[in-house]
Amino acid sequence: MTRDPIGMALAMMNRLAANPLLDRFGLRTATEKTAYHGTRIGFRTLALAGREFKRVSNWLPRKRLPGKPAPILFDLTLDEDQQMIVDSLQRLARDTLRPAAAGADEAGAMPADVFDTTTELGLALYAVPAEFGGVAETQSPVTSVLIAEQLAWGDMGLAVALLAPFSVAQAITRWGTGEQQSRYLPAFCEPEPPVATIAMDEPRALFDPLTLSTRADTTPNGYRLNGQKNGVILGAQSDLMLVSASLNGRPRLFIIESGTPGLICEADPAMGLRAAQPATITLKDVNVLTDALLGDDNFDYQAFLDMGALLRCGLAIGTAQAVVDYVIPYCNEREAFGEPISHRQSVAFMISNLAIETESMRMLTWRAASRAETNQTFHREACLARLLCNEKAMEIGTNGVQLLGGHGFVKEHPVERWYRDLRSVATHTGGAHA
Amino acid sequence: MYLEIPKKFSPIVNQARQVAQEVFRPISRKYDRAEHAYPKELDMFASIMDGMNDGAPDGGAGAGKLARSGGNGAPGNRNGTNMKTVLGLTELCWGDVGLALSIPRQGLGNSAIAAVANEEQLARLGDTWAAMAITEPGAGSDSAAIRTTAREDGDHYVINGEKIYVTAGERANAVVVWASLDRNKGKAAIKSFVVEKGTPGMTLERLEKKLGIRASDTAAIRFENCRVPKENLLGDPEISVNKGFAGAMQTFDNTRPVVAGMAIGVARAALERTRQIIAESGIDLDYHTQTWTQPAVSRELQLLEAELEAARLLTLKAAWMADNGLPNSKEASMAKAKAGRVGNTITLRCVELCGSLGYGETELIEKWARDSKILDIFEGTQQIQLLIIARRLLGKSSAELK
Repeated sequence: MTRDPIGMALAMMNRLAANPLLDRFGLRTATEKTAYHGTRIGFRTLALAGREFKRVSNWLPRKRLPGKPAPILFDLTLDEDQQMIVDSLQRLARDTLRPAAAGADEAGAMPADVFDTTTELGLALYAVPAEFGGVAETQSPVTSVLIAEQLAWGDMGLAVALLAPFSVAQAITRWGTGEQQSRYLPAFCEPEPPVATIAMDEPRALFDPLTLSTRADTTPNGYRLNGQKNGVILGAQSDLMLVSASLNGRPRLFIIESGTPGLICEADPAMGLRAAQPATITLKDVNVLTDALLGDDNFDYQAFLDMGALLRCGLAIGTAQAVVDYVIPYCNEREAFGEPISHRQSVAFMISNLAIETESMRMLTWRAASRAETNQTFHREACLARLLCNEKAMEIGTNGVQLLGGHGFVKEHPVERWYRDLRSVATHTGGAHA
Repeated sequence: MYLEIPKKFSPIVNQARQVAQEVFRPISRKYDRAEHAYPKELDMFASIMDGMNDGAPDGGAGAGKLARSGGNGAPGNRNGTNMKTVLGLTELCWGDVGLALSIPRQGLGNSAIAAVANEEQLARLGDTWAAMAITEPGAGSDSAAIRTTAREDGDHYVINGEKIYVTAGERANAVVVWASLDRNKGKAAIKSFVVEKGTPGMTLERLEKKLGIRASDTAAIRFENCRVPKENLLGDPEISVNKGFAGAMQTFDNTRPVVAGMAIGVARAALERTRQIIAESGIDLDYHTQTWTQPAVSRELQLLEAELEAARLLTLKAAWMADNGLPNSKEASMAKAKAGRVGNTITLRCVELCGSLGYGETELIEKWARDSKILDIFEGTQQIQLLIIARRLLGKSSAELK
């Protein structure tokens, strides 16, 4: 029998309540308190998926956002719009995301009020062209990266959940047909936009998004999909999903609405990103119509992956910067052997290296994004940025915990969460598109 | 935001590249073997370099032009001399680090003169080829601990002491010497003096035999009652606790990105050559999203390339900040730290990846691996850079974070 999202949540609660470990480690009271507290102060989680998208009869012609003209000079300053977005998202990250992060991680759920507060900022508007109700006039991967960076400074789990719908809007804007754009994009500009996500990763080692096990077979009026996706951000909450599958040996994306028969969603909690409620999606003879295939023959899957890599790098940079900003005051205040531990070179040099590598990640990512934004080739640059982030993000995460010692290992400080979240930089491909 | 090299620098980058390729590379091995022989090929080329500088509409490039460009001219974003010099030196060091260090009139002493000299000194000494003498047998990274003294005597200062590791110390026309006016007054009393070649009391003790950059001469110089005219003291002769030494150290904020650029040049040379050699063996070197299923050598080369790109962009950032008059001490040290270490790591790994071919003298890769080491040492070692960065990040003084 297909387990629907409500059944799934009940099953999870059941498993948790029966878990003997809770008693053995004296965690039951704490967990119950969290659950109680959650309901008491209104830790409202996201509503479960169920929105419908009507086909549009008079759809607008396909809109492609132009790139920006390439500036003449090397320049690291942000333009006025970028600075404004960065400032407002910094406030959001500091005042809303950071305070909600520990609770959301503990509960393994995205608090609805965080989602609503962010929605009020109109994030998705930056992804959608004016014709469909948004404000986007050009492609802006640099702005996307800056957005990811600021949000992930607040919390990577919340950030990736907030960015998944934004990413879907970006992808439909960039690759969708006129019909697909007319049908889905206006919804992202409404006061209550849909929750959406990209299902890409598959549960096996050495997963390569170019070689998909999930396959789509042609049927008389569309396609039939079979396969399994995991690590799907907000899998159970999403009204809309972009699912990658191999069609005639070539990877493509399919737009699948929640509630489509054959779509089975199960919670798939992981080491980190717990607020993003990762799920496993099993596709069992999922039939979709022809117009579910994202884009046409001009669809560029590699560019799609590269755009995802950029946003993933943005997330990595934001959390890495959070680590740097946290360990500096900590190591200045923490004393050992009669002086602040930051007076010791072994500690101070680690901090220097955290800052150097965070800035390295940022420079590589910014360059790739600025090339993408000005219509220059950026595959090489995106691959190099992603590879560097894969390597350095975890180094920064583990050294962040190390600098706090035992305090880094306990949940009183956020660095253990950042450690878990930063591991995902090198493991996940889905959910993101700049 | 835009992180590409502006087109206006294409001519100088191309010129430097041509020099590297057509002048340096063909004689690179020759002067690596003939350590201490003067590369006479450089004279002709130095005048070309001077011509390039004098004719440049926006202030030229090179060691003697650094820093002066920042903070003047029209408001708005600037890409100026600091960036141009970094780019030029990167290309030249793609050719040969030792030869690049031996280009007449491009010494570190020229940067010091540019940074602290007054107008009269700049006019008089600006075109001199000046080496820099800071290090002593008993004082390396701790440059405040130098023992060389300068005693006032009428219209002269009398210098006594011993200096080592003076790059281009034999070939340059003058040496900028760091000496203390009063050893009881600490680092505030340290001043720099221009000592011209042939001044009595200045003796070239020896030239060092080295691991790398053998084309560049590294001198040990002794000063024994060496009298220099008073007007050769660079900057302010007053001993001021507030400035002085810090001012002298500021030279490094401008030269560190250039040394970082040098490391990037030699590392890029090694990486390019290694990619060519590995590609000949038929291995797929394309960039992929999933790198773990590629051959180990492909992934490693991509990672080295990413590290090199990181060093390059950090360096451009530091130079860009200097061009725009922004304080860049931390960023200059970040660039130098990153470029110094990845330059060394890359060249050494390239030798390894190319095996006995990389290790042998048929290729230049083993030479680049020897040359790169110095770039993580001079102009402040890796450890000194990390110290500077940490003090800035943590808000610590040198007394607190030693």
